[in-house]
This record gives sequence, C-alpha cells and structure tokens, in this order.
Amino acid sequence: MTGLFSEVFLSALLFGAVTAAIPLLLAGLGEQISEKAGVLNIGIEGMMLAGAYLGFVGAFYSGSLWLGFLTGAAGGVSVAVVMALLCVRIGLNQIVIGIALTLGLEGLTALLHHFQFSRSYPRLPAADATVIPLLSDIPVIGPAFFKHHLIVYLAVALVFGMGYIYRRTQLGLNLQAAGDKPAALDVAGIDVVQTRTIAVLTTGALAGLGGAYLANVGAGLFIPFITNGAGFLGIVLAMLARGRPVWVLFGALLFGVCLSLTTAMQVAGINIPTDIIQMLPFLAVMIMLVLFGRRASLPAALGIPYERGAR
Amino acid sequence: MSIDTAPTVSATALDATSGTVTRRDILHRMLMTLGPILAALVIAGCILLAVGVDPLAYYGFVLEKGLFSPLGIQQTLTRMAPLLFLAAGLIVAFRAGMWNLGGDGQFLLGAVTAAASAPVFVQIMPAWLALFCSFLIAMVVAMIWSLVPALLRAYQGVNEIITTLMMTFLGTSLANVLVKLAFRDPNTTVPQTRTLPVEDRLPRLFETTITSGLLLGLAAILIVHLVMTRTAFGLKLRIVGANPRAAVHSGLGVPGLTVAVFAISAGLAGLAGAVDIIGVQGNVRADWNPAYGLAVIPAVFLARMNGFAAIGFVFLLSVLSIGGESAARRLGVPNHFTLVLVSIVLIVLALAEYFDHRYNQSRRA
Repeated sequence: MTGLFSEVFLSALLFGAVTAAIPLLLAGLGEQISEKAGVLNIGIEGMMLAGAYLGFVGAFYSGSLWLGFLTGAAGGVSVAVVMALLCVRIGLNQIVIGIALTLGLEGLTALLHHFQFSRSYPRLPAADATVIPLLSDIPVIGPAFFKHHLIVYLAVALVFGMGYIYRRTQLGLNLQAAGDKPAALDVAGIDVVQTRTIAVLTTGALAGLGGAYLANVGAGLFIPFITNGAGFLGIVLAMLARGRPVWVLFGALLFGVCLSLTTAMQVAGINIPTDIIQMLPFLAVMIMLVLFGRRASLPAALGIPYERGAR
Repeated sequence: MSIDTAPTVSATALDATSGTVTRRDILHRMLMTLGPILAALVIAGCILLAVGVDPLAYYGFVLEKGLFSPLGIQQTLTRMAPLLFLAAGLIVAFRAGMWNLGGDGQFLLGAVTAAASAPVFVQIMPAWLALFCSFLIAMVVAMIWSLVPALLRAYQGVNEIITTLMMTFLGTSLANVLVKLAFRDPNTTVPQTRTLPVEDRLPRLFETTITSGLLLGLAAILIVHLVMTRTAFGLKLRIVGANPRAAVHSGLGVPGLTVAVFAISAGLAGLAGAVDIIGVQGNVRADWNPAYGLAVIPAVFLARMNGFAAIGFVFLLSVLSIGGESAARRLGVPNHFTLVLVSIVLIVLALAEYFDHRYNQSRRA
C-alpha cells in the first residue's frame, strides 16, 4: 500500500463521514429543538422517511436538487403537523403517536416506492459540489471537508445559528421554558401550545431536509427504509448533547465516521461480513450511552402534554 | 433522563379487574374497540384506492385466505403462537411502564439460539427434554440481550425506548452473523441453520397442521395475565408502572423490579422466537426477520393490556398477517401495507380514547 493510496483513502473516508453525518446532524438538531420545548419526538424517523421520499420525488421530476430539498422539508413538516395536532394541541401520548407515525411512514413510503419506482429504480445524477477556494487545496482535509454540496455548509452554519437562538433570543428562552416549566411560560403570557407547535414543525422541516439529503445527495435514489435508524440516532444525539447544538455536530461527525468506515471497509475489500460492519454505528451508540448516559440531561416536562390549569 | 410516561393509551390499565360490569359497559367497550378498527380499515382502504387497488378486493382476499379457507385458518392459528408470546411480553412491560421496543432483536436471537441448539440436543437426549432445553436456552439468551437496556434504565435512568431500539438493530445483525458464520449448515448453499427434522418439532394438534405451540402461547399469556392481576408481584409491577416515584416511596426496590420486567418481557420474546422455529420453521435462514415485534403493539393496546382480550386481537392480527400475505401476492400490494394499517389503528385508537375521555368529563361536569 503506497502513501498516495492511503492519503486518497483517508480523504475519501472523511468525505464519506461528512456525507453520512449531515442527515444525523439535521435530525439531531431537529430533535433537540422539540426536546427543549418538552416534546419527545419518536416520530422523527417517519419524518425523515417522508422527507427522503418527497425530496427524491421533487428532485427527480423537477431536475432541481434545491426543489428536492424544499419538497423534502415540506414532507417532514406535513408529518410534523399531524404530530403537533395530536400531541401538542390535544395532548395524546407522544410515544404512542411517535411510534405510529414512524411505522406508518415506513409502510407508506415503501408502498408508494413499490408502485412508482420499483421497476425502474431511477437514480439522480451526482450532486455538484461547491469547492471552497484555497481551503480545498489542503491535502487530505481539503477534499474531505471543502468539496461538498452547498447545503452541507449551510447545515453546519445552522448549528451556530441554533446556538445563537437558544442563548440570545426571546424565542430560545421561550422554548427552554416550554420544556422546563410550561406553567411559568403560560403565566408570563406566552402560549405554550404555540411555542411547542413551532418547535415540532421546525423538527419536521429539519428532519425532512435530512431525509432529502440522505436520499438525493447521500444515495442518489430512494429505497424503502432508507433511513435505517438515522432518526433514532438523531434522538440519541439530542439526548447526549444536553441542549447544545455544537455537541450534536461533534456527535454526528463521530457517528458519520463509523458509518463511513462501514462503507470504506467494504470498498477496501476487508473480509468481514457486512452484518458485523453494520453493527458498528449502533455499537458506538450503546457504548456512548453506557459511558455518558447518566450525564445526559433532559427538560423536566419532557413527554408531558401541557394542559392549562391541570395539576 | 428518565421520563415518566406510563404507556397507557387508556386510564383503564390498572382497573382491568374492576368488579361489576354492566351491559352498558360491555357495549361501550365493544364500541370503543370495534369503532377504531373499522375506522382504520376505511382510512387504509382509501390509501389503497389512492394507489389504484380495490380495497374491497384486498380485504376480501384477506378474509378468504386468513379466516375462511380451511388451510388458511390453520395457518392463522399457527401464526398466533409466536405472536401470543410477544404480546405476553409486552403486557408485562407496558403494565410496568417500560417501553420494551426491542422485541424483534430478542425474538430473532431466541429463534437463532433455538435453531442452533435443537438439532444438536435431539441427538443426545430424549426429544421432549431436547425441546425443553432449547426453549430454556433461547429464553436465557434473550434475557441476557435485554440486560444492557435494563441496567441502563434501572441504575442510570437512560430512556429504554432508545436503548431497546438500538439493541434491536444490533440483535438483527448479530442474528444474521450467527446464522452465516457460527451455525451455518455446511450442507446447503443458501446460508441457513441446520434444519430440525419435522418429527422432532413440536407435535401438531390432532389431524390438523396447527402447531401445539399455540397451546403454549395461550398458556403464557394467561399466566402473565393472572400474575399481573392476581399476585403481589403483579401489583408491585403495576405500581411501578402507574407512578415510579410513589413506588420508591412505598419501599419497592424499583431498580430490581425494572431488571425483572425486562428479563420477563425479553424472555417471552425469546420464547416467541423459539416456538416459531421449533414448532413451524425448523431452521433460520439468513436475513429472515418477520418483524412481528412492532405489529403486536397495537393489538396489546387495543386489548387495554388485558390478557384475555389480547388473545382476540392477536387472532385478528394473525388473520391480517396470513391473509395479507396472500392478498399481497394476488394484488401486487407489498406487505408493507400492514404497517400502514397498524399505524392507523394506533392513531385512531388514541383519538377515540381522547374523545371518550372528554365526553365522560363533560357529562360529569
């Protein structure tokens, strides 16, 4: 193995890690805002699938990747609307509805895929990368981090945008209060239901976008169950990040490396069955939970629907 | 990071044993159960219509194969065996307020363990003992698999929904690894475990093709029901489920009970896998995953976590599962449609509970 080969290999590995991390990052950021506001969103896997399917449909028929991202986000939002109506407005059990939405979207997208694409399996052309001048000339790191689709940089920028919202704005404070002490927020004259609805719909948009990225840029096609637990990984990221968007980014990159290693090992022809390699990211999650589970902190009113005047 | 979300769609989880039942109550229960199912069938039918399939034809095929054909009904009753074990496991977990969503991983590992051990055991010991030992070891393996989520929940307060789901992803892959590498039958080209000869499997009932595993499943769910409603241990678990904090204050060892709940729930899921292999399949093929685990959840909710009612709903689910496979072949609708149906049942059921609750409140006020 020559030095040149390993350099190329390493930058491909890191490039793959970033590509795999972006859906997790978006899902994690989405879940984080819901959890901050007190809504445990188990349906995020379903929202990502809706985003992946509609995102692919949008991009495939219009030929525009950006329109695909838009329809993907809209798909996530449309599932989030159901979640907001059932769990925030009328306060149904968030876990039951979350499971139901995930199951339903798994079935529905697989069904639609079967009738629409199962004979042709159409693919999208590779996404054009936005090459950042100078930085992309750095060996190994340059091609790995600075030759991605524009939306990747936007997603990373969003991390800092979210951090700003949480720490410096009234909205951030409201979200936090909706999760920690909704009654206090209500007394302060701010609508808890509305605040939580904003949070859930934002989650839907981010999860849908993450799904659309996964299908359109990551894979270039839609297949049933394409998210394969990415939404659940997002929930874990949000739990371990303790409300800080930057930690979601680091966590997503870590899992991204695991996922990318999975593909890289297969490409490199290392003789390990794929089933063992597929266990890697989930094994990483369990190790993280065993090590840091206790230190994760969640809002006090998480999972509890808010009803005015109820004790 | 524990979340107090007792998994109750209804408030009736604790009062399943309440004394007098009037005719009005029974009528009300029937309405609250059949209503959501009918509504879900109609909504799901609209989805079928939207993708260009005649819903009446689909449901017709489901009933024809799953319920009315002699062979189909026998398959339906056979399919009930693993589903009953899974439902029993979920009843224990849900009544104790724990979301064991790792049923599929525990099921598959139990199945692979049974498939690997049974053909070996039958050669060295009498058949009944061999099958008993296979059941036992499948149960123990599934129990061990649930230990990590159980300990994390009991002592670290880590949410068990996430951990059990993660363990299911791991368990599914591990089951495949075991089939392909450790227990692969060298005499076949397709990766699968050694096949248990038909005469060594669980006997069939009378002159039919129905497995006697059905009786085991019925026994399991009835025992679970009686333990949960009639014993001190069951009461303790229900208290943990209703209010974990109150349980701590009343002196219950909540961490220990938590681990026990996970062990029982996972053990039953492992037995479900074993009963499917030893009774019906005979071996495990690579990448086999029937994914019964999540489909059983609505059946348990519809039954309000009551064992007797759960038998009825597991039967319905079985009809749907066997009939759905046949209808899928004939009409070209993939089996994923069952997922959609299950999801709609859950949502409509939760909505029905909500409006029923609201109606009762406004009547009392």
